Amino acid sequence: MEEMGRHFKPGGRYARWYPLYEAFDSFLFGSNTTTKVAPHVRDGIDLKRIMTTVLVALLPCTIMALWNTGYQANLALGTLGLAAPEGWRGSIMAIVGCDPNSIFSNMLHGALYFLPIYIVTMLVGSFWEGVFNIIRGHEFSEAFLVSGLLFTLSLPPTIPLWQVAVGISCGLVFAKEVFGGVGRNFMNPALASRAFIYFAYPAQLTGDKIWTAVDGVTSATPLGVIAAAAPGSNVTDLGYNWWQLFVGTIPGSLGETSTLACLLGAVILLATRVASWRIIVSMLLGGFVASLYFILQSDPANPLYGLGPHYHLVLGSFAFGMVFMATDPVSAAHTRTGQWFYGGLIGILCIVIRVANPAYPEGVMLAILLGNVFAPLMDYFVLQANIKRRMVRHG
Amino acid sequence: MAHSIDLIFRSIFIENMPLSFFLGMCTFLAISKQVKSAIGLGAAVLFLQTITVPINNLILNTLLKPGALTWAGQPDIDLSFLGLLTYIAIIAAVVQVLEMVMDRFLPGLYNTLGIFLPLLTVNCAILGGTLFMVERDYTFGESVAYGIGSGAGFFLAVVVLAGIRERSEYADPPAGLKGLGMTFITAGLMAIAFMGLAGM
Repeated sequence: MEEMGRHFKPGGRYARWYPLYEAFDSFLFGSNTTTKVAPHVRDGIDLKRIMTTVLVALLPCTIMALWNTGYQANLALGTLGLAAPEGWRGSIMAIVGCDPNSIFSNMLHGALYFLPIYIVTMLVGSFWEGVFNIIRGHEFSEAFLVSGLLFTLSLPPTIPLWQVAVGISCGLVFAKEVFGGVGRNFMNPALASRAFIYFAYPAQLTGDKIWTAVDGVTSATPLGVIAAAAPGSNVTDLGYNWWQLFVGTIPGSLGETSTLACLLGAVILLATRVASWRIIVSMLLGGFVASLYFILQSDPANPLYGLGPHYHLVLGSFAFGMVFMATDPVSAAHTRTGQWFYGGLIGILCIVIRVANPAYPEGVMLAILLGNVFAPLMDYFVLQANIKRRMVRHG
Repeated sequence: MAHSIDLIFRSIFIENMPLSFFLGMCTFLAISKQVKSAIGLGAAVLFLQTITVPINNLILNTLLKPGALTWAGQPDIDLSFLGLLTYIAIIAAVVQVLEMVMDRFLPGLYNTLGIFLPLLTVNCAILGGTLFMVERDYTFGESVAYGIGSGAGFFLAVVVLAGIRERSEYADPPAGLKGLGMTFITAGLMAIAFMGLAGM
């Protein structure tokens, strides 16, 4: 590699392709240089270490995603009385057998859905990343690994792969690369990708048929079930208990179902101070206040109104969004006071969209996008207030 | 009262002029480099909307609508073909006044807004506010609420866009996209985020 590297240094034959070489080099061998240029420099810890920490924190979610996707699919096959699904996955699963009680079978079955989405995300994403890096002379950044994994985990298992490709292309190019790459964007690229396909292809991203990876099986997410439940019914009547929702053995997007796994990730992120605890705490507070408000409003026609805050935390992707999406250090508010407002706004909007907006059953993604949009303004006002205060103090 | 508040919220967040109807784009994109001037422009639009929509509503209901002249003993006259002309004239007059007031009391802001202040006369968001009012047949009270709401919606959108653009000062867009191109992309991303509130 070092021998080859000669050709890629400035003046070498392939100097143009240096970003590609650099990416492979640090991917295979690690790098002995740290990020030197703005805007990555904030303190001693560098971009690569931050992103690796996030990846580690995402591991519990990823494992849970593999297991739960397979578990739901195996469970659905069991109720249908089928031995194995159709198609190429069926021929692989026929060897192992689809047993919802076997961890290995679940993981394998889940991986057969997770990996194609992940691989497509990575291939298409690194293609765009490569094109921009080569033309503009940037270096590959590990942030893309995080965005790619977050995007994959936020998708339903049955999504067509070409939509995955379209989504990550639009998100990466328009929300990140045109702004000049990592650290310069104002919106979380994974969320922008998700939102783009969400609005472009609602048929494949909403509804009851997409959450379990078996053809024709209807299994709404618990949130959808509650929203559609008869007026006056209670969560516990619908066959969910809090622990089941907390552990995450429910249908849903790949990685969002398990609050437990997200909280494990949160512990890692908070212990290493990669994520801001202010955002997490204020988002919890915002969600808490908003759900209390709706309980007081109590509209018997809409069962979502009466849902307690502890249920809102474990339903849908509230925990996933709170831990991994809202705390993205680039697109969140940068000032400390701003972070309190930012998290609070997201928490409130989440619950408001979820409960009061019949058009979207889940509001976390959209609430965080709105939070991203408002974050720069919050920072601006916090800075102005600070300037004013110091002017008063020092004359 | 609850109805008016609902209408205000709806016109700020859900039927936001620039972000969901893409009206008033020219000023929206041009005067959003700095939060300070954006606040000035937003305030001007808010003021204009709050005044012009109710005035136009009065004119529509007492002069132009078919049968509106019954009070003058002329129930058969239908002057609604004069609508556009009258609305523009009212808007132009209010803009003139606003311009003179600003020139006198806020010369800094007056200079920043430059040509875009008189251009508010033909700003589609402002005429759009009046035309939506006509189309939806608002009462006078509703038109006051709608005027405030749609103006505040523009205010919010332009200030938020300015905030993002101030942060994006440090962005490094490709040469061809510098300036207006990036602003369009930013506004598009904002519109995606605001879609989350649609359907409420």
